[in-house]
Amino acid sequence: MGQTAAPRLRLGIDVGGTNTDAVLMHGDEVVAWHKVTTGRHITDAIVAAAGAVLQQGGVDQEQIYAVMLGTTQFTNAVIERRRLNPVAVLRLAAPATTAVPPLSDWPEDLRAVVGGHVYLARGGLEFDGRPISALDEGELSAVAREIGGLGLNAVAITSVFSPLDAEMEHRAEAILRRELPDAAITLSHRIGRIGLLERENAAILNAALSGLAGAVLGAFTRAMDDLGLTAPLYISQNDGTLMTAAHAARYPVLTFASGPTNSMRGAAVLSGLTDALVVDIGGTTADIGLLLDGFPREAAMTVDVGGVRTNFRMPDLLALGLGGGSLVRDSGDAIGPDSVGFELEQRALVFGGDSPTLSDMAVAAGLMDLGDRARVAHLDGVDLALARAAEMIEDALERVRPSAARLPVILVGGGAPLLGGGSIGGGEIVRPAHGQVANAIGASIAMVGGECDRIFSLDEVSREDAVAAVKREASAQAAEAGADAASIRIVEMDEIPLSYLPGNATRLRVKAVGDLAGSPT
Amino acid sequence: MIKITLDDLDDIALGATFLGTGGGGDPYIATLMTRRAIESHGPVTMLSLDEVADDALVFACGNMGAPTVAIEKIMAADQPPAAVLALEAYLGRPADVLMAFEAGGSNSMMPIYNAAMLGKPMLDADGMGRAFPEMQMVTFSVYGVSGSPFALASEHGETVILNIGDDKRAEYIGRGIVIRMGARSAKASYPMDGKTARRVAIPGTTSLCQAIGANFRASRARSRDPFAALIEMLAGTHYGHAKVLFTGKVTDLIRETRDGWAIGKVVIADQAGGTLEIEFQNEFLAARQGGRLRAIVPDLICILDSEMAEPITTERLRYGQRVTVMAVSAPPIMRTEAALAVFGPAGFAMDEAFVPVEELD
Repeated sequence: MGQTAAPRLRLGIDVGGTNTDAVLMHGDEVVAWHKVTTGRHITDAIVAAAGAVLQQGGVDQEQIYAVMLGTTQFTNAVIERRRLNPVAVLRLAAPATTAVPPLSDWPEDLRAVVGGHVYLARGGLEFDGRPISALDEGELSAVAREIGGLGLNAVAITSVFSPLDAEMEHRAEAILRRELPDAAITLSHRIGRIGLLERENAAILNAALSGLAGAVLGAFTRAMDDLGLTAPLYISQNDGTLMTAAHAARYPVLTFASGPTNSMRGAAVLSGLTDALVVDIGGTTADIGLLLDGFPREAAMTVDVGGVRTNFRMPDLLALGLGGGSLVRDSGDAIGPDSVGFELEQRALVFGGDSPTLSDMAVAAGLMDLGDRARVAHLDGVDLALARAAEMIEDALERVRPSAARLPVILVGGGAPLLGGGSIGGGEIVRPAHGQVANAIGASIAMVGGECDRIFSLDEVSREDAVAAVKREASAQAAEAGADAASIRIVEMDEIPLSYLPGNATRLRVKAVGDLAGSPT
Repeated sequence: MIKITLDDLDDIALGATFLGTGGGGDPYIATLMTRRAIESHGPVTMLSLDEVADDALVFACGNMGAPTVAIEKIMAADQPPAAVLALEAYLGRPADVLMAFEAGGSNSMMPIYNAAMLGKPMLDADGMGRAFPEMQMVTFSVYGVSGSPFALASEHGETVILNIGDDKRAEYIGRGIVIRMGARSAKASYPMDGKTARRVAIPGTTSLCQAIGANFRASRARSRDPFAALIEMLAGTHYGHAKVLFTGKVTDLIRETRDGWAIGKVVIADQAGGTLEIEFQNEFLAARQGGRLRAIVPDLICILDSEMAEPITTERLRYGQRVTVMAVSAPPIMRTEAALAVFGPAGFAMDEAFVPVEELD
């Protein structure tokens, strides 16, 4: 490749629970890739994977202009209830909302981990911006002293209708800061949308991750130092856009769904398709989603994370209990949902184990090259098992497909060879090269985004002006997050009319994205 | 007489979402409130209409406001009881029994909540038999019971008593107050005696919610067809004619706000190229297939997720969803000439006669 003065390469890294992948990218082209086991030390895994691709690519650190990293560390911490810190939960709403105090619908074990330190103080706004009650500085100072006395170092502040106007959350933070200068304070409007309990839950989870966030981001930064990389480090968010490492250290919850989002975005760029169905086949499950305009379709409903209800923007995925490690029974007639998981190399027949898995069937059929093929040479039910697997995927695709249109199906993930043939359910199967590291590639091609979610009275402002204002705000947020102003475009707009409110009220939600400033063109 | 315990709440909420026919608000928050109330105060006694004394004082309770505000400004714990207490104080007499004015959606929970908080029994009946958008769209009004006097309460403990002869004007004036209260008010209304309740209320609707929820839950557990199972169960009730109208995918969705209503149309298409169009105005009003009427208000039209049999509200409808549309006959008390004038097609400015769902195909 041609060497120029300006750095032209990006490094995409995916730090998963099992594997850490790295890819070296030039535009949308994969220069080198490498996969290692994550193990106990994230820094070591990143250094090993990224070091290998730099070496393979024969490039200097100076040629890298950005490092993009996706991680499931924070999601796993919540699901496994590991390494979370206690949180002081402050809600600004009294006398409203006392019927459902914070943490009401949390699983008992997780509530125990974050502690039950709940403060319901005066404050909050009405839908039209009037205060429910005035913020009480004396009350908040007393709360701050109590939090300090308990030795809590993480606080989540949630005010009613803060997505419309965040001033009360900011003022409360300033008051708390006087007593708690070093506390990690999460303001709910930074991470959630309208829906008090879901936004508050996200803020509490974020605060509970603040200690871990410091440690994990520290490990990432050490890896960059060990690799001699000076390019800026970005972290993938739920919606497929990037945030700075400093932002991620403060808002770790924003990484929760970045894994599946990255693999779908990676599938888009590897295949060159913007509208397609994506099947990501792993060891235990197959995730099936829909790409619209290059981005995953979002789930409309609330999403549970570790048993806690949130309203994050997450990709709308259908998870099927079908992967390379899925157990095959009844002479091929029944597949999964249980899987040998990460023990594939001990338990699968091709590795000398005694558990017939889908991978064994694929090896027997010549679709996959794994272990010792002779061990599955006379296996029964191979054709039936693979046909069953294809039927399961076809049925799932049918459920995800938005209309009768026959969209192409992009197949990625380590288990992709399980599905043979050139088409499924009338859609052409696309098997992009490097599909096994689609996740890291998705991280590397991410853009920078901004969002705005507001309620307007269309009696007071014209719809055109309201739409323009939200678009402007979302674009400004994208620019602030590091997007190149000229490349910013609106990718999503939702309009929800609010019945029963006066003044023809409507809620507008807009998402803008742009290329990372400094990207070579 | 039966007891409503914590174990019943999720089934009632699921059934209430079904009876919400696309509107009525998500009962999630109201269910959390009610769970806490029962945890603190114990199970609630529920009487059937047959069991209530002739001279018992009955209030219909629930909330008034905007569903979008409800998910952000949750109520104060003592706000719903404040409305009941204010109406009691005005009448100079305590209420003996509380019932729902709306069994569909989030209001299904409010009599249970109030009954738990105030230590009173509740009545297994309501005035809508489903969800409707306006106060006067109840059988109570249809059969001559006045909504007034009624009480509204804010989260600040403020209460207002209204005396308005015409229930449609009561809705209009009441809503003005509700907006000043921040679009989330508790309400206690339609004071009547037990004998009158027996004449004007729709019987058994809270236990019907529970039965519908339990039926869906059992279908999921046993992997049986949830729609066929529900049709069979409803055949033994006063909501006797239920059927699947259509199965397909949401292919078009148009929404707008007009005069404070969420108005729109959803189009569902099947593999064979057939389409079903459903008009909504907060709730689903009419379903047509190729211009042919399949079901119309007050009969219930419900859109459910085909896979999970989860009822879908209008604000959660999305392009691409795979759905099953069901229609259910409203009970006879909701289909009289007087009732149809208030919440039949005419009540929604539709220039069309009501035809029972069992006579349409």
